[in-house]
This record gives sequence, C-alpha cells and structure tokens, in this order.
Amino acid sequence: MAIDDKRPGGLETRDDDALHAPLAGKRMVINLGPSHPAMHGVTRAVTTLEGEKIIDMKLDIGFLHRGFEKSCENVTWGQVFPYTDRLNYVSSTMNNVGFALAVEKLCRIDAPDRAKYLRVVVSELHRICDHLTLVSAMGLELGAMTVFLYGVEARDHLYDRLAELCGARLTSNYVRVGGVARDAPEGWVEKTLQSLDRVVELRDLIDALLTRNRIFIDRTRGTGRVSREDAIDLGFTGPCLRGSGEPYDVRKAAPYLVYDRIDFDIPVGSNGDNFDRYLMRIEEMRQSDSILRQCFTQMEPGDIAIADFRYVLPPKPLVYGTIEGLMAHFKLVMEGIKVPAGEVYSYTEAANGELGFYLVSDGGGRPYKIGLRAPGWPMLAAVPRIMKGALLADLIPTFDSINMIGGEVEQ
Amino acid sequence: MAKAVIEALVARFPDDVYEPYEGVGGDDCAFVRKDGIARVCGFLKADPAMAFNLAPYITAVDYLGAEPRFEVVYNLYSTRHNHRVRLRVKVPESDLDVESVTPVWAGADWFERYCFDMYGIRFRAHPDLRRLLMYDEFVGHPLRKDYPLRGRQPLVPEREVKDIYRGPGPGGRD
Amino acid sequence: MATDTEILPGITTRREEATGFFQKLVSRGLGWARKNSLWQYPFVTACCGMEYMSVCSARYDIARFGAEVPRFSPRQADMLMVVGTVNCKQAPILQRVYEQMAEPKWVVAFGVCASSGGFYDNYATVQGIDRVIPVDVYIPGCPPRPEQVLDGLMLLQRKVQNQSHKLIDRLPRQVLPAGGER
Repeated sequence: MAIDDKRPGGLETRDDDALHAPLAGKRMVINLGPSHPAMHGVTRAVTTLEGEKIIDMKLDIGFLHRGFEKSCENVTWGQVFPYTDRLNYVSSTMNNVGFALAVEKLCRIDAPDRAKYLRVVVSELHRICDHLTLVSAMGLELGAMTVFLYGVEARDHLYDRLAELCGARLTSNYVRVGGVARDAPEGWVEKTLQSLDRVVELRDLIDALLTRNRIFIDRTRGTGRVSREDAIDLGFTGPCLRGSGEPYDVRKAAPYLVYDRIDFDIPVGSNGDNFDRYLMRIEEMRQSDSILRQCFTQMEPGDIAIADFRYVLPPKPLVYGTIEGLMAHFKLVMEGIKVPAGEVYSYTEAANGELGFYLVSDGGGRPYKIGLRAPGWPMLAAVPRIMKGALLADLIPTFDSINMIGGEVEQ
Repeated sequence: MAKAVIEALVARFPDDVYEPYEGVGGDDCAFVRKDGIARVCGFLKADPAMAFNLAPYITAVDYLGAEPRFEVVYNLYSTRHNHRVRLRVKVPESDLDVESVTPVWAGADWFERYCFDMYGIRFRAHPDLRRLLMYDEFVGHPLRKDYPLRGRQPLVPEREVKDIYRGPGPGGRD
Repeated sequence: MATDTEILPGITTRREEATGFFQKLVSRGLGWARKNSLWQYPFVTACCGMEYMSVCSARYDIARFGAEVPRFSPRQADMLMVVGTVNCKQAPILQRVYEQMAEPKWVVAFGVCASSGGFYDNYATVQGIDRVIPVDVYIPGCPPRPEQVLDGLMLLQRKVQNQSHKLIDRLPRQVLPAGGER
C-alpha cells in the first residue's frame, strides 16, 4: 500500500507542471494482491482509490500461467485432454468436449449418437457445477456463508455421479476423439435423476436466500453495469453477454452435438449488472436440468466411440487377439492420432461463454498449435473499464459475477 | 453463408485481401496483407451487411522454417447476421509490426498483448503494449518454436533437486 | 538410554530429568493444542481450490479437526496450505507470504502441482514448492480427493504432536537462506 500524494516539490523533483498542477486530493494506490480471497485464484489488481471510489485499475495477471499451449505442442493429441481439463476446472468436461469437437472437425469424423448424448449429459452436469460454484462464491464473498455450504453440497452430489461415470470428481478426462471413454454404468441414470432432484431442492433454497435478499440486491443491483453495445465491443460471450441483453448462445446459433434435438430456452437479461448475471446463472441451471432430463429420455443404447482404429483405441479382446488391433493400439499410444494437416477454429458454449479452439496440425501425431479462446478472458480484460468510478465494494460482486476462472484465462 | 462476405471483401479491397479459401468444416477464410488489416477490420465492423461487432479472437502461429515466419489469425463473428470469417495475416520475422485493431474493437486489446508476449509481434497504435502473462524480467517469447519447453527463468533462487530424472521419456520424446 | 545409574530413588532427583519431564509435558500439551487448532492460510491458485472448497464444507468437514478457520493474513495463520500450481511469477509471492508467517508454522503442499510441478514441466511452473519453501506434508493427487486431504491433515497433526515445542523459544530469528531449510 503506498500513499501517492501529489504534493508539489515532493520526493523527486518532476517537471515544472507538477508545481502548478492542482492538488490531487487523497489518492491511494492499493494492491489487491495475487494471494487474496476475493481475487478468484490469482489476479493482482493495482487500484487507485480516492476515498472509496476507484479512479483507475490495472490488472496484472499471469500468476497461474502454466504453459498450456506449449505443453500441448509436445504431447500427442490424446494426451492433450488432461491439459484441457485443467483450463476451466469447475466445468472440465466442457473443455474436453470443445477440444474433441475441434479435432473431429479437422479429421472430418463424427461421433456416434450415444456418445453425443453422453457428451451433452456431462457437459450440462458440469455447467450446473460451474453455476453452483459461482453462486456459492458470490454468496460467500458478500457474507452469505450458508449459500456456500448449500452450493458445495449440491456440487458434491453431482461430483459423486461424475466420479461414477468418468472416474474422477473434478478433472474428468472423459471425452476422447471419436467418442467418449466409457459408457454409463448400470443404474447411473436413475441415481443421477435422484441427485438432480436434490440439487434442485438446494438450488431453490439458495434462490430463496439470495434473490429477494435486501443486502444482496443492494450490493449487486446497479453495480458492474455493462451496456449491450459495450459488451459486444469488448468481446463478452455467454451469461455475461446475455445478461446485458444480447441473445447469443452458440447452442442455438450454431447447434453442435444434439442440442438441436432438445428443447430449451436461453435466458436474456436487461440491465447488464451483477444481479442480472446472477439471475442468468440461476435460470441457466434450471434450463440445464431440463436438458438433462430430456437427454436421459432420448438416449438410446449404442456405440460410445466410432469403430475406426485410426482414431479410437480398439477394444481389448482385439488388441490381445488380432495383429491389426495390436498394431493400431501401439501406433495410437506411441505416436498419437494422425490428424490431417490444416487449421480449424471450433467453438462451443462453455459455462462461461464461447470456448474456442484454434488448432493447427502439420499432419503428425502432435498438435502444431492449440490456440485457446478462453471465455473469461474478455470479461476480465473489461473489469478495469467497468470499475472506473465505482466503489471498491462493488469490485467484489463484479469479480464474482464475471466468473473469472484462473485456469482458462491464464492458460 | 459467409462466402458473400469474402466475395465482398475481395471486391472492395482487391490489393489487401488475397487467396480466399474455404477451410475445414465450411469456415470462410482469406489472407490479408499486413498493412491493410486495420482498414479491412474497420470496414467489416462498420458495414451493415457485414456487422462483425463481436471482438475477435486473435492469435498468432509460428511456422518456423517458412517465410514469412509468423501469422496472426483473426476469427471474427457477427451477432447480428450470425456469420463468421477468418483472416490470416502473414508477418515476416524481419518486420514484426502489425497495425492494431484496438481502435475498431476495444476487446482486441488483451489478445494483441498476448501475441506480443508469447510471440514478439508488435502492434502499432496499441494503447498499452506490454507483457501480459509473463513477468517483465522474462527474456524471450515463450511460444516461439525455438524457445525451449523447459526454459525456466526463475525469479527466486530455487533449490536444485538432483535425484529426479528429467531427461527424455521413453521412445525418445520430449 | 536409561542405565542402572539413572534409576534413582524418587527423593534424589536430577535436574535434567526433572526438566526433561516438564519439558515433555509442556511439549505434549502444546502439541495437542496446536494440532487441534491449525489456522490455515489457504494459498489457493488453481483446480485444487475446488477440492479445497469441498474439504471445508459440510460433507468432508475440516472443522472437526479444528482447522476450518481460514485466516487470510499470514501473521494470523500457522498452516500455509499451498493449493494448486505455483508458477515462476507466483514463487516470490509465496516466499514472501511464508516469511511473513510467525513461528510455529507448517506448510502443506496440496496437490501434485504444489508437490512436484505436476505434469506442467515447462517454462512457467516451479517444479514443486519445496524448491522455494520447506514443506511438511505433501498431499498428492490431481486434485486429491477430500478424504486424501484429511488424511494428509491427520499426518500433519501427528507430526505436530510429536514435535518438540517450547514455551519460550529463544532461538534467534531464522533467516531463510536460499535453498529452503529451517
């Protein structure tokens, strides 16, 4: 914390203008440092304050840069999936799905129907997890600890189901090029429906605690306002853009997987403030719930991955029994999928917005370049602009509602 | 659906836009000359039939060995007409200077800083071109193909751990 | 250890043994008190933070170990829980936070990225925080299940209990040399 009081003839002699400039009042430069409870993950906000008003803000990021793009250039296409898991770690399968769709677009292959449904199911489950995490964190940082406990309990129920399906609670590594890794176990659909009922109960409790709460409304309504034109110009996508009034959702604009066979609405806000973005999340959780139930009724038994051994590992009896299976397995594991040379940009609707992958392949088993368009990136870049002239206390709900996930923003 | 966009672009900027092609999966792409990218983007945003209002995803690729070495890729989208277009700008290593599109879209700011930080491509007329993800003391541009994967430049002295094998993995990879 | 000459009748006590007995009692008492109220500094960076949230919540309750109070000031905390990846830009901040904490302090490396760098063996990531600060307990996992975290916490508690604690510590202020030793 440094007190930057522009006294004439101060510590260092600056140019003459400093002598004649008007006194700048009491301005304080505060460092909301990288290790801070409200800076989700690690972001450093160097804020110039006048009283409680934010005059200027500079964001310093990069404290979680883990070299995703460079690491992925050195592993095979199939080994990229765990790296993509850890991008948006609250909704990891959505990153897996986005990357798999990009590779499949480049390879010109299409996953079978059941795999598509399973991908949609895990994506929507993770979308609910993401929104629950956001709402819980928002409640926690504004003082409502109970909401945090309810939200994390609901998330734990979903994590149990995801652990049964994918093998891991959080970073699932479930999707493969050409399909998914494994099929749903016996009775999983019924158990998931029960978990979803419990999640609905908890979500309604959270809704009842926050949506008409005087304190919550005072803190979030009218703060962090972004107009529709500004939001588009700044590159917002996802719930933040829809909260400002622009009805753009990749699932409706360019449907992928099975979203064109499912009936759902996309909520659109009007004010573009933090309260609207929070309401977006609650309503999107309702829509995700409805999508999941429709998927479970529409899903048919079938293949979970295409039968092409150039992209998908052959089943174990063939690996041990036939020479072609053994060779295919060996090649796929040691050298990776041979993706044809070219470049592609593929986009999906992640929980936070448009998640884009720009892939360049040189025809080999390793990516030449993976460019990631993180959905949270434009929102984070816009925070200094949104916060100019706002109170310091408004920074907290704004940072919460834009859902900055360090893993994807800092790649 | 975006072919009309590309055709209109080629018609309007014949010397800036060259080699339009259709990419994989129906993407409509074109190459743009380095000096004309700001003009082209300004037109693409302002013209009502184009209306590419959403700030684009800008990234760069290092084609080590090819000349020109770098390429800056702009993925544009229009929320009004729901069409997409991709523009590729080849940038030679000797002249790593591209005009910034920040005056057109405010959201292009950090994407260009990322390209500068990771590849070293400078953007003219950028309001604040400095490193974004790496720290200021870092020397080099990490995502270039000739930067080593494990080229760590620690800020604090680190204890050396000698008993862990950090060489190439099986099969000679890494 | 105890020879025949040291088995003495109760009336004639030897000074070392008497102080030894009291020291041990105090040490055990302090160890018990300190292990059951570990105030954590959650240095949360990445994905492990989600499992950290689960650990602190109602199902995998960390409060039953007395460790549910997160103090975001290093002066008030005694357990530094490094949750998630630490990269080269974050390492000086981690070191500064560690140095600002008051003795006694313990460090838990939560997750495989904090223990050894994880699978991010590249230009940006510190290959384990033990290259920068000394670590007491390593909890592997990517991310570790909450039960694993609680197991690691119990291991730390055992270590705290069996450590030697003094009522008044007259050791000089230990400047941390580059190389991370206590």
